[in-house]
Amino acid sequence: MKGIKTTIAAVAALLVAGAAQADPVKVGMITTLSGGGASLGIDARDGFMLAVKQANNPDLEVVIEDDQRKPDVAVQLADKMIQQEKVDVLTGIIWSNLAMAVVPSAVAQEKFYLSVNAAPSQLAGKGCNANYFSVSYQNDNLHEAAGGYASSAGYENAFILAPNYPAGKDSLAGFKRFFFGDIAGEVYTKLGQTDYAAEIAEIRASGADSVFFFLPGGMGIAFMKQYAQSGVDIPLIGPAFSMDQGILGAVGDAALGVKNTSNWSKDIDNATNKAFVESFVAEYDRLPSLYASYGFDTANLLLSAMGKANVNDKEAFRDALRAADFNSVRGKFVFGPNQHPIQDIYVREVVKEGDVLTNKIVGVALKDHADAYASECSM
Amino acid sequence: MFTLFLEQLLNGLQSGVMLFLMASGLTLVFGVMGLINLAHGSLYMVGAFACAAVAAWTGSFWLGLMASLMAAAIAGALVEILIIRRLYNRDHLDQVLATFALILIFSEGTRWIFGSFPLFLSVPEFLTGTVVMPGDFQYPLFRLAIIIAGFAVAAGLFLLIGKTRLGIRIRAGEADRGMIAALGVDIDRLYTIVFALGAALAGLAGAFVGTTQSVQVGMGEPVLILAFVVIVIGGIGSIKGALIGSLLVGFTDTMGRFLLPHAFATFLDPASATAIGSALASMLIYIVMALVLFLRPSGLFGTEA
Repeated sequence: MKGIKTTIAAVAALLVAGAAQADPVKVGMITTLSGGGASLGIDARDGFMLAVKQANNPDLEVVIEDDQRKPDVAVQLADKMIQQEKVDVLTGIIWSNLAMAVVPSAVAQEKFYLSVNAAPSQLAGKGCNANYFSVSYQNDNLHEAAGGYASSAGYENAFILAPNYPAGKDSLAGFKRFFFGDIAGEVYTKLGQTDYAAEIAEIRASGADSVFFFLPGGMGIAFMKQYAQSGVDIPLIGPAFSMDQGILGAVGDAALGVKNTSNWSKDIDNATNKAFVESFVAEYDRLPSLYASYGFDTANLLLSAMGKANVNDKEAFRDALRAADFNSVRGKFVFGPNQHPIQDIYVREVVKEGDVLTNKIVGVALKDHADAYASECSM
Repeated sequence: MFTLFLEQLLNGLQSGVMLFLMASGLTLVFGVMGLINLAHGSLYMVGAFACAAVAAWTGSFWLGLMASLMAAAIAGALVEILIIRRLYNRDHLDQVLATFALILIFSEGTRWIFGSFPLFLSVPEFLTGTVVMPGDFQYPLFRLAIIIAGFAVAAGLFLLIGKTRLGIRIRAGEADRGMIAALGVDIDRLYTIVFALGAALAGLAGAFVGTTQSVQVGMGEPVLILAFVVIVIGGIGSIKGALIGSLLVGFTDTMGRFLLPHAFATFLDPASATAIGSALASMLIYIVMALVLFLRPSGLFGTEA
């Protein structure tokens, strides 16, 4: 009896597949699910899988592995996924140093890579590739918006701080590109650093009128707590990563009022976004972060391409991805010539809704913003 | 500039004192039992999570602090009785493998109970704010309290080791464990007590540090590495070495991060001075460790191997 059922199911699956005339697509997701950076990867995964679940497309199979935020582990996983699992598409990497270790070789092996977060400058300019799409942003974008916001808010002397890794370098470069005041001090901290007493002392002594900080995950929590305890009251500005939903609960009221820049916020007014936030809360019992929104958009982009083209016809599938014909939680969604999004970037403020800390849009920092490297990309 | 220098010295002192709480337990366990315990960082995490959970539940930081001591000590005693006890006669590679497995079990267990998102833990109300220090600069009251509490614990530990019967047994255990067993000391119980004591110190450090940092799974491993650097510098098994080593590492790390970029900026442009200075600063404690090992292979206060 069981055997007959399985056979019928298999035949039905074949018929469905035949009707759509599509080969199944296998996705390899390499993301950070353990250790200090786990909350980011878990959010990206949960957002991605929510869209997969909602689409309920039997042709889509996802394999998920944990990179532990270690470049060598990520490289091994990518090799395994390409050679053994024979995936068609890779995605999931959160950290730029891991992306630099995995992406160039994966796209050279004719695999598609869709980025849910990390988008280092090296892959946007001369190192751009037809098989590489960044759904999130280019690393500099949110920092550029923070620089633009700081200038327009009238700040003239900023102290800037980021971890010493590719995205940290992109961050400070991006901020300085759009900030026209002076730099009171510039500090690179160790990736994963937990004590910022020395840096906060320098901020206090620097005479700055604003502080720009990019410290994702646990680093941001540690910095915000210690900053609040230190009694320094220079206003803070950051990209959304420093004030992401997963961080706010652990920082507490110290985060209230901090301005941060983001291309996504849970109060962007469109039907897709409303449905996304509602279904995410219903599924996982917490508010989505921007990483979750990137994961959700990435899966929907992939599903839209699967509806239009066969993954084994690389050229057609690439065109289908490029068309980005899906409903994004950010409203409109357009790829630029280097396959990074051209998008609005908002200024948000940390507020309290009931007992929950979250972000609210208070303005637009940069409109239809493209990245600085697109012109260097020849594709 | 001078007051900034003073403030950074205090920051170095504070980070050194916290490291001492970690390193003293590690060095005790190694000195007395000859055991390399990689899971020491997990006990630190247990302390931080216990403090955050109980503080959130009861609203009292002090109950949280008590809970961190108790939870870490109980976890330590259980681990010693159930697992570590079987490892004393094995070689160090087996110990490293088994205690590494414990890290994974503790991490996933904590994730299973508390989830992957960091917990909230804050400084008690009356320790918030800053005080004006001599030299006219503001310093966070809580960091000052940590320095004082850390030194109090260090003094207590020296008294315990130097003046009490338990301390005599611990020192005797370090010198010759076969002999004290022959003299009728219950060596199993002594080992459990020492292990629980080390665990409690780690748990206390976790609770303190949790108030200024992120209480999250995996928070123990970076500190564990620093604690190993400390006991290698100080000499394995020596509490005095752990104290001096902790302060040395705390000062070196803080002052390096502060001074090196400034030093390079005197002859380089600011961007590359920052980049080179901070890269070198993150290596500095390992350079110090290499130097100490070169000059004194068994550490500053180590006995000749």
